[in-house]
Amino acid sequence: MAELLEHPKLLKGDSGEWEIVIGLEVHAQVISNAKLFSGAPVAFGAEPNTQVSLVDAAFPGMLPVLNEHCVEQAVLTGLGINGTVNKYSRFDRKNYFYADLPQGYQISQFEHPIVTGGYIDIEPEGEVPKRIGVTRLHVEQDAGKSIHDQHPTQSYIDLNRSGTALMEIVSEPDMRSGEQATAYLSKLRQVLRYLGTCDGNMDQGSMRCDINVSVRHPGDELGTRCEVKNVNSIRFVRQAIEYEARRQIRLIENGGEVVQETRLYDPNKGETRSMRSKEDAHDYRYFPDPDLLPLRLEDEFIERIRAGMPELPDAKRARFVKDYGIADYDAWVMTADQATADFFETVVKGRDAKLATNWITGDYFAYLNREGFDVTNAPIGAEKLGGLVDLISDNTISGRIAKDVFEAMIESGKDAAAIVEEKGLVQITDTGAIEAIIDEVMAKNADKVADYRGGKDKLFGFFVGQVMKATQGKANPALVNQLLKPKLDG
Amino acid sequence: MALDQATVARIANLARIKVTDDELQAWATDLSAIITFVEHLDEVNVDGVEPMTGVGDFPLPLRADKVSDGGYAEVVTSNAPEGALGFYTVPKVVE
Repeated sequence: MAELLEHPKLLKGDSGEWEIVIGLEVHAQVISNAKLFSGAPVAFGAEPNTQVSLVDAAFPGMLPVLNEHCVEQAVLTGLGINGTVNKYSRFDRKNYFYADLPQGYQISQFEHPIVTGGYIDIEPEGEVPKRIGVTRLHVEQDAGKSIHDQHPTQSYIDLNRSGTALMEIVSEPDMRSGEQATAYLSKLRQVLRYLGTCDGNMDQGSMRCDINVSVRHPGDELGTRCEVKNVNSIRFVRQAIEYEARRQIRLIENGGEVVQETRLYDPNKGETRSMRSKEDAHDYRYFPDPDLLPLRLEDEFIERIRAGMPELPDAKRARFVKDYGIADYDAWVMTADQATADFFETVVKGRDAKLATNWITGDYFAYLNREGFDVTNAPIGAEKLGGLVDLISDNTISGRIAKDVFEAMIESGKDAAAIVEEKGLVQITDTGAIEAIIDEVMAKNADKVADYRGGKDKLFGFFVGQVMKATQGKANPALVNQLLKPKLDG
Repeated sequence: MALDQATVARIANLARIKVTDDELQAWATDLSAIITFVEHLDEVNVDGVEPMTGVGDFPLPLRADKVSDGGYAEVVTSNAPEGALGFYTVPKVVE
């Protein structure tokens, strides 16, 4: 394996080497039934404006009432990213005008977020592990959706998403490479999914990412940053960062200056471009929302949520290594998501963990890939796979036969034991029976026996093969080896 | 505190309120008078008082996470000057 880099690669420019500095703002849609401040449902893909209450549409006189579960979800997430839950937080109005924001302001948390601090440990590809600081997590409303491609001169507005609860999770500018940003985003998504607070589906927009990028010569002060919006897949994060960093370097080296601005990432062209925002666009005139009292949380409330926190991926991975004696890499694979981890534990409980792990990562994952299933919906579930592993463990079948049995299970959907029984695949462990077959094979191949005894000991494999063939692979390979040697040696 | 015309123009722009050039001075005078009046509050000694957004010490009311609203797109869009296919429509806003 290649050596892991202590420091990520720097970008080369005409004026020397450049370091990229990256911070991420992630908007994560809270998993809830109803919206943050209204009783309208939260669902993706519904008919336009059907999931909207008069609060979400900002009809005059409508008042927001905070959804308790969304608060719980934010607290749980804060604890999951090792943050401090603030017992006092407050909602502010962020004022701006846009067609899909009927209130004319977004209810957000500016001065007093619900969570401050925290961190996420990442393992960037090709680099040493790193801890990335989280500045804050706050709760806010989502806006509606504008659709621009339906009409030549009109934008279509759907308020279904308006008022949906979001968590904005802001990182410190701690990342120095696209790999680190990618690893951070993947890890954050994994933690959110474990916690059940956000589904992390970037293609449906339930997790969105803005990237703050600046460049500097190593050791210099931070450079002026640009915010890159609209990066809607983890794959694009690295591309957008690389492009934007190189653009800034080129600009500076040609005597220009980076202007703090918002830029849009265009996945088709692989470039970022200025949104040409007007200069006042970032004057949000925040002020406390007079419709909402401050949110005060009791210790009891926070502790109740802490007590219900699920085991998170890092802890689970360490436990799998410790309790089941599997390799760290396998434990990492098995904890990729909660469903895989649960599947793994069901299979290994009371079984040979290493054997079970090999089966899961080998034939079983190959089967899932080939048939387009995942661990939650595959016809061959944990119990059935476990049944197969049992038959190998207790020497009923050999590992070789087990592969055939597995294929038969896929075809028929039957249990391993039933197939073994039906097809008479039970492993031959009777030494007398195996010896009889060995004698037969040796008699048929007297010339080869002579060659073997004459020094061609490579022929040993040939005899093993013949015995296995004669038993249709059912002979216990270890026994065959053990019994064959003295007979051949005479 | 006195507001000048440029500040008034900026505030009006941020609030999307149309104020013509010859109205600016009248607004500046009125708004300055309002702010000067509110500045009487500066006379209150607030040493040791945490900034607050209200004086009533009530807990924030919370709602259960239950769907109890929505499902009336026609009401939601009833005030829209223009619409199509269940959407509001507005002059194209794309940057």
